[in-house]
Amino acid sequence: MSNNISNGKDDLFELCLRLGDDCLILGQRLSEWCGHAPILEEDIAMTNIALDLLGQAISLYKYACELEGKGRTEDDLAYFRSSLEFRNSKLVEQPNGDFAVTILRQFIFDSYSYFLYDELKNSADSTIAAIAAKSHKEIKYHLRHSSEWIIRLGDGTEESHNRMNKAVNELWRFSGELFEMDDLSKRLFENGYFPNLSVIYDKWKIYIKDIFEKATLELPSNEIFMQTGGRSGNHTEHLDYILAVMQILPRSFPQAKW
Amino acid sequence: MNENMNDTQWKPWEVFIQVKTGAPHEHAGSVHAPDAELALQNARDVYARRGKAVSIWVVPSECITATKNEDNEIFFDPNDDKIYRYPHFYKVPKGVNLDV
Repeated sequence: MSNNISNGKDDLFELCLRLGDDCLILGQRLSEWCGHAPILEEDIAMTNIALDLLGQAISLYKYACELEGKGRTEDDLAYFRSSLEFRNSKLVEQPNGDFAVTILRQFIFDSYSYFLYDELKNSADSTIAAIAAKSHKEIKYHLRHSSEWIIRLGDGTEESHNRMNKAVNELWRFSGELFEMDDLSKRLFENGYFPNLSVIYDKWKIYIKDIFEKATLELPSNEIFMQTGGRSGNHTEHLDYILAVMQILPRSFPQAKW
Repeated sequence: MNENMNDTQWKPWEVFIQVKTGAPHEHAGSVHAPDAELALQNARDVYARRGKAVSIWVVPSECITATKNEDNEIFFDPNDDKIYRYPHFYKVPKGVNLDV
C-alpha cells in the first residue's frame, strides 16, 4: 500500500513537471517578444500571457516540490535542471519566428490546454484540480486571443495568409506529441488524476477545424510525421539555448536575490 | 515619402471601463486596434488586467465629437456668474433633517 502511494506521488511529480515545463518554456519564449512586438498593444498582450504562464508554472512546481519532499523549491526546478531533465513538449521550445509562427504555436498550445485543464479540474488529486480551475480562467482568455489572431491572419492579406500557411507547415509536426498516451499518462488516467488524451484530441480537432475554416486555412493531413521525445527529455537543440539565457544568472550567482 | 508610410498604426479607439455594476463607464484611455473585437482585447490587456473591471466599452475615436478650445467661453463660462445654479447657493431652512 505505502509503495502504491509513493508511486502515485512519483507519477504526480512527473505530471507537474510536464505541465509546468510547458508553461515555463512557452512563457520564456513569449517574453522574448517584450519590446519587439509588431505593435505596442500586442507587446503588452503577449507579455501578459507570458506572466500568466509563469504563474501557472510556479504553482505546479511548488506542488511538485511538495510531492517530492526533498526540500527543493520552484527556483531549483526552473534554474538548476539541465535540458535532459525538462519534460516540456517540443512545440513550446520552437523559436518565435515571425508573428504568424508565434501565434500558431500559441494557438495549438492554448486550444490543447483549454480542453486538458477543463478536464483536470475534475482530477482525483485536489491540488491539481485547484490549480487547473485557477489556470483555466486564464487559458480561456489566451485561447480567445490566439483564435482571433488565427482568423485575422489566415483570412487577412495574401501575405499574412501565406505566412500562416508557412507556419502551419513548420509547426504542425509538433502537435502530435501533446496527445501521446505513454505509460505514465495511462497510469495517471487509470488512477483518475489525468484525462484520456485521445478524448482531448477529439475535442481539440473539432475546435481547430472550426477556427481554421473561419481563417480559410487548410488542416494538414493526418499522415504527417509527428515529432516526439520532449516528454522524456529528448529535446530539439533550441531548449539548451533557452535554458542558457534563462539560467545564467542564478547559475553564475547562486546566492543572488532579486 | 510614400503616403502610406506616414501612419502604420491601426486606428485609435477610446476605452471606457466600468469598475462595478451600476457605476458609470469612465474613460480610461485609448488603444490602437484593427477592429472592435481586437480593440476590446487590447483594452482588456492595457487597462483592465490589474485593476477592477466588470465591463468595457470601446468606441472608435473618430466617432467622438468634442468641444473645441474656442467653444469654452460660450459653452462653460455662463455657469460662473449664475451662482444660483449651484445647490450651495441655497440656505437649508432650520428643521430640515440632513441626516436622512
